[in-house]
Amino acid sequence: MILSVRDLKVSFRTNDGLVRAIDGVSFDLEESEILGVVGESGSGKTVSLLAVMGLITDPNASIEGSIRYKGRELVGLPARELRRLRGNEIAMIFQDPMTALTPVYTIGWQIAEQIRAHQNISKAKAMERVEELLAEVNFPNPHEAMSRYPHQLSGGMRQRAVIAMALSCNPALLVADEPTTALDVTVQAGILDLVRKLRATHKSAVVFITHDMGVVSELADRVMVMYAGRVVERGSRMELFSAPQHPYTRALLGSIPPLTGEKPRRLPAIPGSPPSLLRLPQGCAFGPRCPVHYEPCVTGKPGLGGGTHAAACFRVAQA
Amino acid sequence: MSETMTDSPILETRSLGKRFSIGTRFSAEGKRTVHAVDNVSLTVRRGETVGLVGESGCGKSTLARCLVRLYEITDGELLFEGEDITSKSLSELRPLRRRLQMVFQDPSASLNPRRRVGDLVAEPLRIHGKLSSREITTRVAELFDLVGLLPDHVMRYPHEFSGGQRQRVGIARAIALNPDLVVLDEPVSALDVSVQAQIVNLLADLQEKLNLTYIFIAHDLSVVRQVSTRIAVMYLGSIVEEGPAEEVFAAPAHPYSQALISAVPVVETTPSGTRKRIILTGDVPSPLKPPSGCRFHPRCPIAVERCRTERPELREYRPGRKVACHFPTV
Ligand SMILES: Nc1ncnc2c1ncn2[C@@H]1O[C@H](COP(=O)(O)OP(=O)(O)OP(=O)(O)O)[C@@H](O)[C@H]1O
Ligand SMILES: Nc1ncnc2c1ncn2[C@@H]1O[C@H](COP(=O)(O)OP(=O)(O)OP(=O)(O)O)[C@@H](O)[C@H]1O
Ligand code: SF4
Ligand code: SF4
Ligand SMILES: [Mg+2]
Ligand SMILES: [Mg+2]
Repeated sequence: MILSVRDLKVSFRTNDGLVRAIDGVSFDLEESEILGVVGESGSGKTVSLLAVMGLITDPNASIEGSIRYKGRELVGLPARELRRLRGNEIAMIFQDPMTALTPVYTIGWQIAEQIRAHQNISKAKAMERVEELLAEVNFPNPHEAMSRYPHQLSGGMRQRAVIAMALSCNPALLVADEPTTALDVTVQAGILDLVRKLRATHKSAVVFITHDMGVVSELADRVMVMYAGRVVERGSRMELFSAPQHPYTRALLGSIPPLTGEKPRRLPAIPGSPPSLLRLPQGCAFGPRCPVHYEPCVTGKPGLGGGTHAAACFRVAQA
Repeated sequence: MSETMTDSPILETRSLGKRFSIGTRFSAEGKRTVHAVDNVSLTVRRGETVGLVGESGCGKSTLARCLVRLYEITDGELLFEGEDITSKSLSELRPLRRRLQMVFQDPSASLNPRRRVGDLVAEPLRIHGKLSSREITTRVAELFDLVGLLPDHVMRYPHEFSGGQRQRVGIARAIALNPDLVVLDEPVSALDVSVQAQIVNLLADLQEKLNLTYIFIAHDLSVVRQVSTRIAVMYLGSIVEEGPAEEVFAAPAHPYSQALISAVPVVETTPSGTRKRIILTGDVPSPLKPPSGCRFHPRCPIAVERCRTERPELREYRPGRKVACHFPTV
């Protein structure tokens, strides 16, 4: 087991009150496994993973629960220790590759520095390694690419450079937060291929955050669906996409326009919008939008329960 | 999408082009020209929705802006209801402005944060219309109802709204003056899947009720397919394929359209996906230095010598279907 998160809770004190961003999230991740995390904007995808990485620096944040990485508890670990883990074993890529790159240095220099910060090798050796890495992420001309500045690269090339940087430490765990959202589908297809290759060659475990159900379906082994700070459904890719249980998952899948076959006259949209995290409903957070809600949903909070395929819904529990 | 569609073109371009000059003769590379839109001949019929697709930077927004004359057109012609409006002056365009509207991706950028949304929707009515303030209030209420906002929302400020609600405000503003044609440049790209579905349905309802013609741009191809009657696939400033949306998606004829459509991630409910993916190598070339011959040849999996030298024209190979390739899959 690479990662084991138990009952993670993250809240922020704000002028308007307490924002319960993550309200009891648990999940496990094995070696070589790709976990897809999907859900509406604001459902807590980013915050839950930032908590895992120890990257929530807001002084108004409070974090509870347990995050074990290779058996070691990360909650409460000193910042210095966490930083060491992040450079050596855990790598991250974000939607905007510029968060990981500096505009004033060439990408070759930046990746080499990253390598040298964690490995005791000569500059020349590091540069050789950079060229290998850039070839690995499909730069057509890696040697030439090394001397380019970030602004001289397209968005897709920049993201590949960041992935090369992430690969440089042979990460056991890669956390990717919407790394392809700003890219074209053609470029995205290449990046998804790279993530699969990384899992195959380095046995890395990957957590891949996206709001694109199609991306998850093509990439993930297991999927976790979030809504209003909770996991509402989890399961293997097949379980989740061929037999979705939670009304939110079903509605979400139903509202995607099909790419083939008959076009529906209207898309089955979910009415309303997600609840405010400042004033969550007492019962099921999806209740106000749920087409099948009934009495128990008004007062009780449905739990996720055990098993590989599980949904936090009273209807499902009853069935 | 709508049954009232007729064959009379509302908008037509003939070899339309848009060049931008960048740099100055004093800058390092000197003065250079970006051919952002190149030789586009497109006919838009009343009541239909034409979807524009293609990779980032291929010229979708530039073409869209030329179509509503937000940009000066540098080459070719633009006709609105048969009348040449290519080089009409701003004052000559004034009566047309009302009839050609545009909706942008990020509604907050075009909504003044200090004005109440009721005011924002009333603004175009004040500027263009000849309505009394009573009539304006009535019209705003009507528009709010049309786009699915509540009457008491008029007093709110843009930041008090969700992204989806702000886009409804943007749409209300665009349809306030009863336009004929609305250009929608990535109207749902910033929205969640579930909100996206709400807006897509709203656009379809409005089109039917108001007999609108749409030009629709989105990078989500399944959304484009859903809303469009026809689609035009662009590559490096030119249209490389055009045809009825469902047909083009089911059987794209141009190698680029094939790669593009095959790259769309879809939810698979069977264990072994049957879709074959064409991965393009190389990046989109710069419109500053477009490749010779067929502009797609450096990335085309079936390119031959002829493609390097001879540029294929957009030809109608079957009624309603056009392709610009020497070896289309037909
Ligand atoms: N520092 C903070 N202070 C207060 N609230 C915060 C803070 N950081 C995040 N939040 C809130 O926590 C919730 C979860 O945010 P998060 O960024 O995890 O959502 P997400 O699922 O990643 O959404 P998106 O798809 O838009 O990226 C949001 O409602 C957000 O406003
Ligand atoms: N004002 C301008 N000056 C110079 N070049 C421009 C200008 N506007 C656009 N371009 C260039 O014209 C080309 C087409 O840009 P455009 O914005 O139309 O593409 P697009 O298809 O809308 O892309 P996206 O999907 O990223 O919105 C690009 O190469 C762009 O850099
Ligand atoms: S618990 Fe009730 S309201 Fe919540 S998703 Fe299930 S049926 Fe709907
Ligand atoms: S003309 Fe040649 S290079 Fe261009 S798309 Fe057709 S086959 Fe490919
Ligand atoms: Mg996020
Ligand atoms: Mg654009």
